[in-house]
Amino acid sequence: MSDFTFTIDGTEITAKEGQTIMDAADDAGIYVPRLCDHEGLRHQGGCRVCTVKADGRSVSACTQPAAPGLTVENETPHINKLRRDLVEMLFHEGNHLCPICEASGNCELQAMAYRLDMTAPTKFPYLEPCRPVDASHPDIALDTNRCISCGRCIRASQDVDGKGVFGYVGRGIHRHVAANGEDLSHTDAEVTDFAISSEVCPVGCIIRKRIGFATPIGEREFDKGLIGHKISAKRDD
Amino acid sequence: MTPQTTTTPDQGEVARICDAFQSDPHRMLDILRDVQDRFRWISRETIRTVAEKTALSEIAVEGVASFYAFLSQEPKGAVTIRLCDDIVDRFAGLPEVTEAFENELGIKIGETSADGAYSLEYTPCIGMCDQAPAAMINDIVLTALTPDKVREICEDLKGGKRPQDLVSHRFDDLTPYERAIRMVDNNIRHAGAVLLGTTPADAGLKKALDLTPHQIIDSIEASGLRGCGGAGFTSGRKWRFAAETPAERRVIICNADEGEPGTFKDRVLLTERPHLLIEGMTIAARAVGATEGIVYLRGEYVYLRELLQDVLDDRRARGLLGERIMGMAGFDFDVRLQLGAGAYICGEEGALISSCEGLPGEPKTRPPFPVTRGYLDLPTVVNNVETFCHAARIIDRGAEWFFEMGKKGSHGTKLFSVSGDCLNPGIYELPYGLSIRKLLELAGGEDAAAVLVGGPSGTMIARDTFHRELTFDDLATGGAIVIFSSNRNILEIVEYYMSFFVHESCGYCTPCRVGNVFLQKAVAKFRQGLANPADIEYLKDLSSTIIETSRCGLGMTSPNPILSTLENFPLIYSAMVKPSENRIRATFDIQSAIADARHLAKRRSHIFDKDFGE
Repeated sequence: MSDFTFTIDGTEITAKEGQTIMDAADDAGIYVPRLCDHEGLRHQGGCRVCTVKADGRSVSACTQPAAPGLTVENETPHINKLRRDLVEMLFHEGNHLCPICEASGNCELQAMAYRLDMTAPTKFPYLEPCRPVDASHPDIALDTNRCISCGRCIRASQDVDGKGVFGYVGRGIHRHVAANGEDLSHTDAEVTDFAISSEVCPVGCIIRKRIGFATPIGEREFDKGLIGHKISAKRDD
Repeated sequence: MTPQTTTTPDQGEVARICDAFQSDPHRMLDILRDVQDRFRWISRETIRTVAEKTALSEIAVEGVASFYAFLSQEPKGAVTIRLCDDIVDRFAGLPEVTEAFENELGIKIGETSADGAYSLEYTPCIGMCDQAPAAMINDIVLTALTPDKVREICEDLKGGKRPQDLVSHRFDDLTPYERAIRMVDNNIRHAGAVLLGTTPADAGLKKALDLTPHQIIDSIEASGLRGCGGAGFTSGRKWRFAAETPAERRVIICNADEGEPGTFKDRVLLTERPHLLIEGMTIAARAVGATEGIVYLRGEYVYLRELLQDVLDDRRARGLLGERIMGMAGFDFDVRLQLGAGAYICGEEGALISSCEGLPGEPKTRPPFPVTRGYLDLPTVVNNVETFCHAARIIDRGAEWFFEMGKKGSHGTKLFSVSGDCLNPGIYELPYGLSIRKLLELAGGEDAAAVLVGGPSGTMIARDTFHRELTFDDLATGGAIVIFSSNRNILEIVEYYMSFFVHESCGYCTPCRVGNVFLQKAVAKFRQGLANPADIEYLKDLSSTIIETSRCGLGMTSPNPILSTLENFPLIYSAMVKPSENRIRATFDIQSAIADARHLAKRRSHIFDKDFGE
């Protein structure tokens, strides 16, 4: 099958065989909000923030194959409400205290909340996890109380670094990211790993020691524009 | 395997357990199950050994060890007692049974005795709702427990008896079938024409040999057979998709992981019709061109392991499994048994396949669907136990015979597991289309105030709709029917089922992992009388987000206990709400809110401790 077209919010876009809705949308400069997905990593379909309606059925855009003639709804009030609910769930599942978090301004969860107009206190209860912080490694610390279980570090370490420093343990609400073996100091993680780099962890869970606040608040990634602006910019060109 | 009480597993033996499975990472669940049985826990050192042997990372092994409820990273007692904590068991006297165990063993639920002899814990529905309260004692099942029985059991155990001696003093002389029916009653209340009546041995398989694979699939499709596990997908189409996917190898998997609270029909088929099940799988293998089969047996049914193993051995010996089945050249098919380890989610076909592959029981991304890329990426047919049994009977008696039973769109018979507040709990094989009222008459449950059809992921209906029918188009069900009398507190039932889903969510996707916890907390608020009128809307709103965004069937149905009771029993919610006063949320408790601050400041509050300074 050669290239084909389908529509997102009424805009016709071209897709290649084997592309997911999100892949095709990215190429076309249409941003579908996402947290667990990251360019260059396998799609996971876990956060569900990229939920869209494809021919009326709710699916995750990052895993659903694009198909000829498909009608996709992306930026509708209903879908953005679902996304806001999901982002609020993530905020309430962990301890996300933006004013004291080093990731503030670079944090995709925070940025997504702004994009989705999560501006008032929410209706959900706080779960307030209390997991020990793993600061055993000389250059890296891991605070899974701020983790949103996106698993980007797991895939980055496995597939890009070829290491397998991280993985999931537990089930249900107790499922969380953990270091291979006893703790981080017993792994071959290095601060130069892609998995540890600032672009992989979307929140303040993986912390690179001694470089905190090197970039002042106000000059950080999402101080420059809404999350997704780089993808949308492709379309404006 | 003899359990030992030592807390330091011998790593040489761990390595030997790995060797027994060729250190195949896809057999991880078998390896860890055996390690757990032998040493009663999976230590950090054990994880290291297993990782080394299977060439996986420690975190990959730990991911499996920490996912399944029957695997433990803390030492468990040599005798581990798991009390079935289903709502039906609770209503049948579980609190008293629990208390008796706690008193006799001197430990609380969740604890292990200091000498490592006993552990006592709760586990969700073990498929014995028709004879609740029930418990697993290591691999043994005991049912219809009372505090007196518990005292006897504990006395016997302390006197040195093995768990199996509790079943019979000549347990070792009994056949696997005798052992199974001594432990668990079948409670067949109504035998229908297809499954529980007379079923001539391998009559369907014999006929299948004279049919082409195409003809078999046509016949299954023409019969109108739909999956009996709950989803109701047309079985013939599933087989056709798998047959049409080009592949060197194809796989037939039987889903014997019935975990829906209130379901126990497959337990009875596995006990009474195991040959029919394997016959059905063998016919499916011929139809789709599969050479490998797996029966995925839920960990709670480990007491049926020997029975099924014997059936497989017997069929191999008689040329009904293995190479050249019934002498037919090129008809090769064999089946292995895969035990689960306590995870409801593994009833979802993708999660079941993950589990068979030795992974945590997480559903797979769909598409691709298992019929094109399933177990080890091979085209895979996953059907329920009952579905395979039906298929064997259809090939024997003909599609028309089956099609004519039941109703349009819901053909043939169905097994219903009936439990709860009725005189005759047990199994009823009935044609589709029966009304709930009629079923209640048969079961002696006419006093029902509420009936849960299809388990918690199904629908809870009230008296005014008992005329509704058991069909795919009206009340679709995998077979669980739980009856509740007017003495039961519906909100207690709903809260229990939500806690069940919280316990059983795999955690892969946000809405199911987190949203269900919020739902459970919200229902708890109602029960405590702390909900305000807006909370009814909150329940509906949150439920719809979870349903619409969840990744698999668990999250797409987990809010059903709330939604169906909101719809059919609205008064139980509205009676519990009250508007909050003074714009303060009823759930807000200032005393617990300042408890930490009080503790840290080492002083009491000027404002909120009225006696401060006195």
